[in-house]
Amino acid sequence: MQNTVKIKDVKDIVIRFSGDSGDGMQLTGTIFSNLSAIFGNQISTFPDFPAEIRAPQGTLSGVSGFQVHLGNQIYNSGDKADVLVAMNPAALKVNANFLKKDSVIIIDTDSFSKRDMEKAQFATEDPFVELGLTTQQIISVPVTSLTKSSLEGMEMDMKSRIRSKNMFALGLVCWLFNRPLDVANHMLSAKFAKKPVLVEANLKVLADGFNYGQNTDTTISSYRVETVNVDKGYYLDVNGNTATAYGLIAASENSGKPLFLGSYPITPATDILHELVKFKQLGVKAIQVEDEIAGVCTAIGASFAGSLAATSTSGPGLALKGEAIGLAVMAELPLVVVDVQRGGPSTGLPTKTEQTDLRQALYGRNGESPIVVMAAASPTDCFDMAYWASKIALEHITPVILLTDGYIANGSSAWRIPDLDKYPSIVPHDVSQYKGNEWRSALRDDETMVRYWAEAGLEGYTHRIGGLEKDYTTGAISTDAANHQKMVNVRQAKVDKIADFIPQLELIGGEDADLLVVGWGGTYGHLREAVEKMNDAGQKVALAHFRFISPLPKNTAAVLNKFKKIIVAEQNNGQFVGYLQEKIEGLQISRYNKVEGQPFAVSDLIEAFTKKLGE
Amino acid sequence: MDVNVKMASSHQAKDYKSDQYVRWCPGCGDHALLNCLYKAMAELDILPHMTAVVSGIGCSSRLPYYMNTYGFHTIHGRGAAVATGVKTAKPELSVWLATGDGDCLAIGGNHFIHAVRRNVDINILLLNNKIYGLTKGQFSPTSDRGFVSKSSPYGTVEDPFHPVELALGARGTFFARCIDVDLANTTEILAHAARHKGTSVVEILQNCVIFNDAIHDNIVDKAWRAERTILLKHGEKMLFGANKDKGLVMDGWQIKDVIIGQNGFTIDDVLVHDATMQDDTLHMKLGLMSPENGLPLALGVIRDVEGPTYDQGVADQIKDVQAKNPVRKLRDYLMAKDVWEVK
Repeated sequence: MQNTVKIKDVKDIVIRFSGDSGDGMQLTGTIFSNLSAIFGNQISTFPDFPAEIRAPQGTLSGVSGFQVHLGNQIYNSGDKADVLVAMNPAALKVNANFLKKDSVIIIDTDSFSKRDMEKAQFATEDPFVELGLTTQQIISVPVTSLTKSSLEGMEMDMKSRIRSKNMFALGLVCWLFNRPLDVANHMLSAKFAKKPVLVEANLKVLADGFNYGQNTDTTISSYRVETVNVDKGYYLDVNGNTATAYGLIAASENSGKPLFLGSYPITPATDILHELVKFKQLGVKAIQVEDEIAGVCTAIGASFAGSLAATSTSGPGLALKGEAIGLAVMAELPLVVVDVQRGGPSTGLPTKTEQTDLRQALYGRNGESPIVVMAAASPTDCFDMAYWASKIALEHITPVILLTDGYIANGSSAWRIPDLDKYPSIVPHDVSQYKGNEWRSALRDDETMVRYWAEAGLEGYTHRIGGLEKDYTTGAISTDAANHQKMVNVRQAKVDKIADFIPQLELIGGEDADLLVVGWGGTYGHLREAVEKMNDAGQKVALAHFRFISPLPKNTAAVLNKFKKIIVAEQNNGQFVGYLQEKIEGLQISRYNKVEGQPFAVSDLIEAFTKKLGE
Repeated sequence: MDVNVKMASSHQAKDYKSDQYVRWCPGCGDHALLNCLYKAMAELDILPHMTAVVSGIGCSSRLPYYMNTYGFHTIHGRGAAVATGVKTAKPELSVWLATGDGDCLAIGGNHFIHAVRRNVDINILLLNNKIYGLTKGQFSPTSDRGFVSKSSPYGTVEDPFHPVELALGARGTFFARCIDVDLANTTEILAHAARHKGTSVVEILQNCVIFNDAIHDNIVDKAWRAERTILLKHGEKMLFGANKDKGLVMDGWQIKDVIIGQNGFTIDDVLVHDATMQDDTLHMKLGLMSPENGLPLALGVIRDVEGPTYDQGVADQIKDVQAKNPVRKLRDYLMAKDVWEVK
């Protein structure tokens, strides 16, 4: 045995924790990524849960994973892993295709019995050869039995002892990456504060795992991952759903309008509801109601009564809400609809990610029903875009659909707690903004076409609104032909004019690039990394990434027209590319489309863009 | 006492009337109900600007346009959900829902039962004419089996809902029934419904002169109304008939109508109506009486019990948490989480 430890310096590294859905891999991954962030790494994480809550133990369908990408410039949760922790044969099998050639695999040998191998449907006795994992380094550790002996003599039953084995794995990984244990100790103490026995057990197993690595395993190098100097301030690890919830609260604070959420549980959007129901102390009214339609309808009612009203859902729920969103268009009420996109159609792939709801958001209503559509680019951008969606809804008295997706909703990264005073102000276009005489519900601002919102309960502003067409001047119901045409135009103009109030499209990279990559929403991290890597390699590629979709930023045509070669990459069959071509005449655009329910792989993107460059 | 109800009445019926021309067909029962609603609101002295009238789709759902209050004509079947949002967001408003048998019990059935179950403090005016009027004459969920309509030329092969069964089955705390043209009683019942804290369901037997004329006539026609209906009043004997000589008594588990002084029945045998009983067994039996099963149809407030309301529950939870937790800003909340500082 040797006692020298080789330390490898790396820019970034991808680690995947994988095991049975009851093995605690999500917790292990979360703790490791948080302590890495505190250590100074940039982090981006992505949990990959099975659709079943508790599939049979040890089976392929029961594998639950958590991937973390850390380093000095991190835009996404990474493609293939450098390190895999596989707590059983099923986890090894499920992840075999997501490993780099020279990666390190840590396995729990206690979980690789004949029976375990059968459950994971291995045909031979050597899982590594069978899976073609011949270039990887394997660290075989009897994690379960070491955990059991570590907890010898503790006041715990055997089941609880075995359950601590994820901490042994965490300790081992902390050693591998030179992470001191004090931060992990602190986090575990806080997490299990109500159960001192668990704190004691977890800390002991964690330390034993760390020491095991230090004392015995010398066959591999350990890593030092580059850290980065980030902005000063206080940081918190947030996923996209949490950030969305915080963004809505921030908009409520800055606008002075109470926040109301009407929602119905749906994967992967439910965490927005889970988060907002906690905020009673801030006066947030977040309610779970009988169905998706009631979710949006209670929100519309709350908007009528003066709230910043929102509803959260995913694709199937957005379909159900369509008619009511049309009512909000017609009645001209502020409303924020958050759609966390998932694999479709129908029930589809509830726990997987896609960008296939764009057309539904833009057009999924009867009649000429223009609406504002936005998309968040990353977990932390969900905060900013939820804030922006609320700002536009309240200032332009219109429904706004905010598209996020399963990847950024569940993925997390470190987020600097913002100073809300520095965010753009939100001035709701309510009757307090009306300076003329004799207010009427149909009156509009001449320039923006926005009506003056009068919340129910205000003296002097009683009025009636609804889903029927109304007279432009009086607001009374009207079936007049010319009036209807006028109102159709007004509703469209109102949305179009919002382009004057949103940020311009930014170009990442030079205007002289040979290829412009265009993306929107949650694919930002992968597209950005692909473009930067190509630029590092001397290829001239630029990126235009959209967060505002309807209306488009005013400079969209000007930016796109600068490039001869444009490729739009999206996780659908070309929904955004079709929209762009409708909005901007004469664009020659090619497409990169992938609908696998998985985030893009940077390597695939580089390959496709390089090919396009060569054409 | 509601914050929006003042002690002395300072409003008149006309104060609740909007400037819109009322477009229901001449002779439609909705006209009568609307006038009763104006009067009830004046009697309650509800402030017009503190009142929100919500509706779904259908003839009766045009009602908000005719009110000089806040009004919201929403989409088919969803009025109860919108009204729930209005009331929960702003409990100090007096919230009303105008709806019909199709809007409320077919497309909107789910929202209806859940609003009732939650006991949101809204007043539901369920105008039941047993027909789809605005789409010109299809059977509705309250049409009787065998009912012939444009969409059931050979008669329906399904049984109707009884609104009372649905409301009480959803744990309703208030159910009343009235007749569109019975102005005095309807006005009183609407006022009673408004005073009830919780979801009030008022079924109004309403006539559609065009597509389902006289559908309720076997009950409401003046020639026999006194014999075929009974107006229930809390704390009063259950008497009916033109001369109030008939009464309801218990016969085992059943309700039976008797003539006072005949077959040994005296006034002392007649049941006294208790609308406030938590147990709804007798309320259900009273609600389901009809001339078809040999008993008078019950009018008036059948059930009126107290229960926690949803909107108040939501508000109280916030108040309770705020009393224990001084954090009022997002930033303060976040700073108390697992944060780390970069210096």
